[in-house]
Amino acid sequence: MTIKHSLKTAVEGLRTHKSRSLLTILGIVIGITSIILIISVGDGAQNLILGQIQGLGSKTIAVIPGREPKGPTDIAQTLTTTLKEKDLAALLKKENAPTIKEIMPLVFSSGTASYGAETYSLTILGVSEKAFSIFNLDVAEGNPFTEDDIKSQSDGIVIGSKVKTELFGASDAVGQKIKIKGKNFRVIGVLPLKGQVSFFNFDEIALVPYTTAQQYILGIKYFNRFIVEADSDETVSRTVSDIKSTLRESHGITDPEKDDFFVQTSADIAKTLGNITSILTLLLTSIAAISLLVGGIGIMNIMLVAVTERTREIGLRKALGATGRDILTQFLLEAVILTGLGGLIGIILGASFSFGVSIILSKVLGLNWMFVFPVSAAIIGLSVSALVGLVFGIYPARQASQKSPIEALRYE
Amino acid sequence: MSLIEVRSLEKSYGDGGETSTLALKGISLDVSEGEFVAIMGPSGSGKSTLLHILGFLDRHTKGSYKFNGKTIDEFTDEEMARVRNREMGFVFQAFNLLPRVSVLENVKLPLMYSGIPEKQWNKLASDAIESVGLSHRLNHLASQLSGGEKQRAAIARALVMNPKVIFADEPTGNLDSKSGQIVMKIIRDLNEVHKHTIVLITHETYTAEHAKVIIRLKDGEIESNKKVVDRHKSDEYSK
Repeated sequence: MTIKHSLKTAVEGLRTHKSRSLLTILGIVIGITSIILIISVGDGAQNLILGQIQGLGSKTIAVIPGREPKGPTDIAQTLTTTLKEKDLAALLKKENAPTIKEIMPLVFSSGTASYGAETYSLTILGVSEKAFSIFNLDVAEGNPFTEDDIKSQSDGIVIGSKVKTELFGASDAVGQKIKIKGKNFRVIGVLPLKGQVSFFNFDEIALVPYTTAQQYILGIKYFNRFIVEADSDETVSRTVSDIKSTLRESHGITDPEKDDFFVQTSADIAKTLGNITSILTLLLTSIAAISLLVGGIGIMNIMLVAVTERTREIGLRKALGATGRDILTQFLLEAVILTGLGGLIGIILGASFSFGVSIILSKVLGLNWMFVFPVSAAIIGLSVSALVGLVFGIYPARQASQKSPIEALRYE
Repeated sequence: MSLIEVRSLEKSYGDGGETSTLALKGISLDVSEGEFVAIMGPSGSGKSTLLHILGFLDRHTKGSYKFNGKTIDEFTDEEMARVRNREMGFVFQAFNLLPRVSVLENVKLPLMYSGIPEKQWNKLASDAIESVGLSHRLNHLASQLSGGEKQRAAIARALVMNPKVIFADEPTGNLDSKSGQIVMKIIRDLNEVHKHTIVLITHETYTAEHAKVIIRLKDGEIESNKKVVDRHKSDEYSK
């Protein structure tokens, strides 16, 4: 029998038992649907995170005080005092790190801002005037900082859009005074509505000159971060090593193992977070894959019943000249077509659900979420479901092919 | 040379020990080409078992069976399937049509397993259907046919490969007498006009008397093997 007619016969066999065929593949449909959904949403999450890191700029490098954490359980002392004014000065020297384009010290604190009777809890970032170019920020109202604001420890503050609406409602904020930790700040600018960008939600933040933050809010002489921008993508790794050697010299460290700071690039962060989402996706996918196994066993059961039920048909076909191989092929094809179809339905359903999720996340939660159709997962899903049919169809199909025509014809 | 040559054929069921039963106890018979043999006997006489072995649907346990000069032992299961497909046609008491497909598709079924190019299938199948007078039912579902029509469709299916021999197992058993007579006329024509060899199983003497030879079985043995003297005339279809 040619493969074309084996196919036709198999399809005919399935069409005569439509509703049972559909019920049979339910397990496969659910399995593939969840796998596609998980992978698609996982890819979307990964893209979201990577997009946020890229929002920070691929040339951005962070210098963080303390020892680099060796693993998730290694609680590093990231809030140590090792980054000082002299380090900044050393890094600013062109001969030490010629590829540094911009460098900005950063301090941060949480606090409560109040305006009249209104209060709002927010994150306060102490930055230099370069924050606007490094973080790709602009002001919607008022002005950004100038170099003078930093030098003079001015009381200027730039607030995020949510901070503005919480404290001022619809009225003008620029020029008003707000109070943080007992000190009055003059609002000089308001940031546009941005949503979550990189690791800060700039809507819920206030920017002050780092000099002012160190003196009046935190009362410290050190920095929480240096944010460095290399002059090009190619010089990022060179900049990193320059920073390391400059700081080691400045700190009198000879053994790199004893570094009291560490350097992170956007690529590092992207890699770490990418790994985390990949592992999560893999974990969830493996759980979903178990349902494929269960679905396969379900198909085997139903196929065994179908083989018994169709004993007469098998006998007749054999009497008319079908070989055991013809019967084997027919039932195996039925199983593979069934599971393949289940896989196809699962891919369509999974993609639709994922599309729904993307609409909810982007429209309702305002995330910069893109729907991703996982092409490779769809191809693998389809092949795996066909494989499930092959593996779990072989036993019933063999049972069918080994029926003696006599036994089969006699069966009532 | 006989088309079918059977010597001391035995068939036992079970493991061969005390609990096994002997369904055929040393059958010897010959069927030459163009013959029309009826095998008669009460139920349990072994006539169906014999037909199944003759029709390559089952294997015997002792003795010898030569079909077309070759002993059955030389055939693998696959080769037996090929012989069933090309050299043998089957007509069953219960018709055994696929109920949900058309008459045409049912008759095409043996062609699918034959290796004959698909282009010829429609012509071969509709010719076979025409020869049993069912052309007007070509595209009806098998389940929509009357009993007599079903059996005629089944005969068309048995004919479509133009086999050497047609085995008919109680072909009129499920039919009313009028349909039965039409079916028997077709079977008889196959033998007389188209020169097909026919092996017919029946328990009705009247039906058996269409044949040229009647073999009577009892308890797995041949009781008698006689030429039919008072054969129905080919145009005599009512008693």
